[in-house]
Amino acid sequence: MAAATEAGTNEPGPPPLRRGSALARQRVRAAWLFLAPMLLVLALVAGWPLLRTFWFALTDASLTDLRNYAFVGLLNFRYLLTDPDWWLAVRNTLVFTLVSVSLETVLGMLIALALHARFRGRGLLRAAVLVPWAIPTVVSAKMWAWMFNDVFGIVNELFLAVGFIDAPVAWTASPDTAMAAIIAVDVWKTTPFVALLLLAGLQMIPEEIYEAARIDGVNPVKVFFRVTLPLIRPALVVAVVFRTLDAMRIFDLVYVMTGNNRTTMSMSIYARQQLVDFQDVGYGSAAAALLFAIIAMMTVLYLMAMRFGREE
Amino acid sequence: MGPWGWLALASLLLAGLLAVSGRLPWRWRRRLGRLGFWLLLLLLFLYTVFPFYWAVVSSLRTGSALFSTELWPRDPAWDNYLSIFREQPFARNTLNSVLVAVSTVAVSLALSVAAAYALGRVSFRGRMPLLFTILAVSMFPQIAVLSGMFELVRAFGLYNRLGSLTLSYLVFTLPFSVWVLTSFMRELPKELEEAAIVDGARPLVLVLRIFLPLMAPAMVTTGLLAFIAAWNEFLFALTFTLSTEQRTVPVAIALISGASAYELPWGNIMAASVVVTLPLILLVLIFQRRIVAGLTAGAVKG
Repeated sequence: MAAATEAGTNEPGPPPLRRGSALARQRVRAAWLFLAPMLLVLALVAGWPLLRTFWFALTDASLTDLRNYAFVGLLNFRYLLTDPDWWLAVRNTLVFTLVSVSLETVLGMLIALALHARFRGRGLLRAAVLVPWAIPTVVSAKMWAWMFNDVFGIVNELFLAVGFIDAPVAWTASPDTAMAAIIAVDVWKTTPFVALLLLAGLQMIPEEIYEAARIDGVNPVKVFFRVTLPLIRPALVVAVVFRTLDAMRIFDLVYVMTGNNRTTMSMSIYARQQLVDFQDVGYGSAAAALLFAIIAMMTVLYLMAMRFGREE
Repeated sequence: MGPWGWLALASLLLAGLLAVSGRLPWRWRRRLGRLGFWLLLLLLFLYTVFPFYWAVVSSLRTGSALFSTELWPRDPAWDNYLSIFREQPFARNTLNSVLVAVSTVAVSLALSVAAAYALGRVSFRGRMPLLFTILAVSMFPQIAVLSGMFELVRAFGLYNRLGSLTLSYLVFTLPFSVWVLTSFMRELPKELEEAAIVDGARPLVLVLRIFLPLMAPAMVTTGLLAFIAAWNEFLFALTFTLSTEQRTVPVAIALISGASAYELPWGNIMAASVVVTLPLILLVLIFQRRIVAGLTAGAVKG
């Protein structure tokens, strides 16, 4: 999951040689040779399976025998778009994405600002912030499921003691709180990552700008909104975009905490349930293809926006 | 909310308002601000570290002690740790995870360092579209390749074998490694290469002799991040393996079950969680700077 989030948008590096010379042509040939193995493997593990998923989406293939199937056209998509469970999964995914990414951005910004300040023990805190990020998602899900346990969980204990709740709550089992519990775990796990990206952005802002504001006695809150926020915008946009695309495909956290439960089912969970549990490869592939289309559309929009931003 | 909760919330709000409003003398505002700042840091520290601490504490408790909410484990018991290795093939699961993660990292680093040289150092037509395609692949939802990958895994006879995971994990480690290594490759000074070219070095020699040693730190960073991604993967591991002996650690932990759905052996689950997480936390603490550099490579410069 974190795999994709590091990417950026560098300008191409300096071409060391002029194009057109024999030496340059030789270098380009060599470059393609160096690229070839990676491109072949990528085509095998990404391109081909993706095309097969699109193809399966148009058939009635079943997991028990992937060789015999019939072409059914857009039938799977017709069923999909009339299935209330699919729309519920879409809704759940959107709610999850919107709420968790917003919380992660705001909290991540606060943490980044705190870590940017100079104080004793900053190294320790910076290391502590990396801990949730390093913990496998499945493990975080289990740890929090234990803390959220309705009878023995420490969350209930704490909230009862402080008086937030009057009686123990079955956080992950109750339809009213299950999504909130999942979002809480995701926020805990992913905010550090957002904070680190933003911190790197903060560290690129020259100190002098702040000194000028300090001498003029500008209110720190005003400094943040007038100076810091505009300057950190590129890092903020990248963090939000990658987190959004990542949240849209959420699977493991939901699967471990609430299984295939309808009230929290995400699009990925829905697709996998159809595909593996119900062995309906055709229908499951249709759901997966639709999720892919949504994410692809968002990616294209982002890339276009970025390109326009650069041309300005 | 009870009286204490309200009181705490109200005093926090009041202090915050006073600190920002400018009604108080400067000295007091600064003191309040500093107190608030330290409280915030303490809260942040507890928030990030407590859940794992609690898992450690719970893993050291058995029987009815498990249901205690005392913060310190009195008379720690190691039964849970013994039980996950004796009653379950947890050692085997851990070995599986290591094998899969190491092989995935090795293959993706080898393929991507060559590709990164081409993408980062040579200017050729179609480079930018290629880079963006690779970036786009890293955004693929895994579920979108699941059915096609299932077919591929079966065709190669890899179903319920670790090879299926090495193969399928390349879908996310490879584009990511190419992207990060390319951004590191670009930062190397171009004079390096020019001298070698003037000396008539061939491209392969150039990569092996000049870039590989210089890229070693970047490859450590990239390899670590890819390792963590492979170590944590769940969806493919859940789908492409069937028997307990072939499972990787995340799947093993997710599927630990008790006598009934209502009697999960939480002590065992927490012990297993601690065992798989401790090495990762150590790695992250040791390579903290590298990891942060890798995570932000490229991302901020956009």
